[in-house]
Amino acid sequence: MSGMSKIVKTITSISIPFILIYGLYVIAHGHLTPGGGFQGGAIFASGLVMVLVAYGSVWTMEKIKEKNLTMLESLGAFCFILIAFLGLVFGTVFFNNYLVGSNSIFGTVPAAGSGLADINTAGVIPLMNFAVGLKVIAGLFAIVLVMAYAISKKEEK
Amino acid sequence: MEKRSIAAILSFSVVAVFFMFTVLLIHPFGNPVSTEMDDDIISNAQTDTGANNAVTSVVFDYRGFDTLGEATVLFTAVAGVVMLFRRIKK
Repeated sequence: MSGMSKIVKTITSISIPFILIYGLYVIAHGHLTPGGGFQGGAIFASGLVMVLVAYGSVWTMEKIKEKNLTMLESLGAFCFILIAFLGLVFGTVFFNNYLVGSNSIFGTVPAAGSGLADINTAGVIPLMNFAVGLKVIAGLFAIVLVMAYAISKKEEK
Repeated sequence: MEKRSIAAILSFSVVAVFFMFTVLLIHPFGNPVSTEMDDDIISNAQTDTGANNAVTSVVFDYRGFDTLGEATVLFTAVAGVVMLFRRIKK
């Protein structure tokens, strides 16, 4: 039986949804509130690392293969560069914010001055936040998972 | 005292004196020399990018290349660590 005691596992199971939802909230609201893809991804990955510590790296490696994590990370990087290149296609230059001012998704422009804005603003910035968030989640968790698994294998055998 | 430690103390104090003079010459906090770009971003970020968070609009729009470089650094780090700790199958 790998991992820590039953108390730690139960507390982890109770508190993990809140941490993951908070990380997703920081990613999704990156263009409105402090935070963004990197920060929210770090929060989400920290929650996953808590699961890794509580349940043991062997159990976690059985559930989530490192191959899938590196694939997700590459997918995030690819989406980020693809969105940037679409600015070259639909707009004028690389990294052009071509969705701002259009009537499509994330297209509205908030009223000037300080105040609240809805989430349907800022053009390609939320899409890039999601891509970078996916990349940071998978990347940071892959690093910790691979390192922990490399140590634990030696101890159990 | 050995010659090595005397030389170390001497070089450390010379460098420390130079650092002290540099600190005295730093521009006072809160009064930047040129504010043209800051003012332009603060006043135009909302209408340019549509984002209420000006920091995110700088990171992902005005300075998108910087974020691309950061993402590349993270990608390279993850690739290196996963390659270093990979399981070798016999």
